[in-house]
Amino acid sequence: MKKANRSNLPALIFLFILLMLWQLGAMKVNAAYILPTPIQILQKLWDLREVLFTVHLPATMLVTLVGLAISLVLGLGLAVLMDASPFWQKALYPVVVASQTIPTTAIAPLFVLWFGYGIWSKVLVTVLITFFPITITVYDGLQSARVEMAELLITYGATKRDIFFKIKVPCTLPYFFSAIKMAIPMSIIGAAIGEWLGAQSGLGYFSRRMMTQLDGAGVFAPIVLLSVVAMLAVALISLLEKRVVRWRGEF
Amino acid sequence: MSILDFDRVSYQYPGEDFDIIDQLSFSVEPGSFHCMLGVSGCGKSTIFRMTNGLLQPKAGTIRVGGRPIGEQKHYCGYMPQKDLLFPWRTIGENLALPMEIQGGFSKQEQRERVDAALTDVGLAGCRDKRPTELSGGMRQRAAFARTMLTGSDLLLLDEPFSALDFLTRITMQEWLLDQWQRHRKTILFITHDVEEALFLSSSVLVVESTPIRALREVPVPLDYPRSRHDLTRPEIVDLREGLVELLRKQVKE
Repeated sequence: MKKANRSNLPALIFLFILLMLWQLGAMKVNAAYILPTPIQILQKLWDLREVLFTVHLPATMLVTLVGLAISLVLGLGLAVLMDASPFWQKALYPVVVASQTIPTTAIAPLFVLWFGYGIWSKVLVTVLITFFPITITVYDGLQSARVEMAELLITYGATKRDIFFKIKVPCTLPYFFSAIKMAIPMSIIGAAIGEWLGAQSGLGYFSRRMMTQLDGAGVFAPIVLLSVVAMLAVALISLLEKRVVRWRGEF
Repeated sequence: MSILDFDRVSYQYPGEDFDIIDQLSFSVEPGSFHCMLGVSGCGKSTIFRMTNGLLQPKAGTIRVGGRPIGEQKHYCGYMPQKDLLFPWRTIGENLALPMEIQGGFSKQEQRERVDAALTDVGLAGCRDKRPTELSGGMRQRAAFARTMLTGSDLLLLDEPFSALDFLTRITMQEWLLDQWQRHRKTILFITHDVEEALFLSSSVLVVESTPIRALREVPVPLDYPRSRHDLTRPEIVDLREGLVELLRKQVKE
């Protein structure tokens, strides 16, 4: 614990200095509707805590979780399929990569037309942004399984199933955790973008509404909240990872 | 009866226009220790990979215990050069792998056999350690114990000690001879180290040329148990020089 504190210290000092500069700069500009100070943002967060935590945070989290879940199923499925069959690898890999060249934010308004203001248009944005890193990272993990190890098991009489569960899955676990850690912030961003473009609730929607009211601190407050939630979620996954993956890159 | 029998076996790698193994016949008697000696890339590993079923011969028949290998399972234990201990498993879990895959062993049985095998190779108490906590020699002993736990009478060891430092290597050679004499398995051992081949085997199977059409059997006039001192006998020194000459000629060609 002590060691961790020490290693985080430079980052904390730097962050503190940045916040100080922001505070000073914003006080000098003295236009809270454009550039609120960090303290004003925290005050706003406190003032709005009721509506932020009971209405908008749950709405955004619902979109995030549903989107993340769909991305996981889709990403894992695609990765396993591409790993298992060269045909599917050839057929899908370029399409998956190409899907990332679509400017999701630009076509997201169309999703609202297709799916309405409910959660599904937002979920679609989230999935489009998130499934890609999951697919590619997990696929890399599956491919990292070493041929020699599989051959050794084959000499023991192993089936494809044995090889999948005894080599592929353990080899992929560290990659899987990396994928999740990437996917969580991205899915939250995806949800927020979706809400920006059209929603009735959610932190992205709330931030945008504050913009129209020229409430600078109100724009920032939900965004700060989203960042904190993303950081906490990633920290939680990192803890879980430490318990599950007791090795990394030790071939 | 021989335990391993190659009957006019040929193999051609895809993309090559010749048979690297060409109508090769040889046999190995049960309980023997043979080293297969040849320069790198001569095709000796290909012989192993056909024997353990990873490669299919283009022609000919391979029999183990008198029966074609296509009809059998778990007839040989294969140990590659790298120990290939799975880093996500403890040593004990690594040793249990062959039994997990063969099936038919209860957890209790697996544990007992793993413990016995670990004690046997001098790694008692290492069951719950991770592979990274072991030294190179210990890892090879664990990998050997895992190979023993396949339960097969025919062991194929493919340069298992070549990555170890010199002192560890000669210690492991003595250790392996001791293991062999106690368990009386048939061991085929690939090496390109002439001294290692002479120290270990009752007769050396030399790969004289590639493509491999025959293995030249060179008996080693030494009894077991042996010591390294025996390698300094004049007739063994002559034999060693002869073998080195034979291999060198091949590299030049």
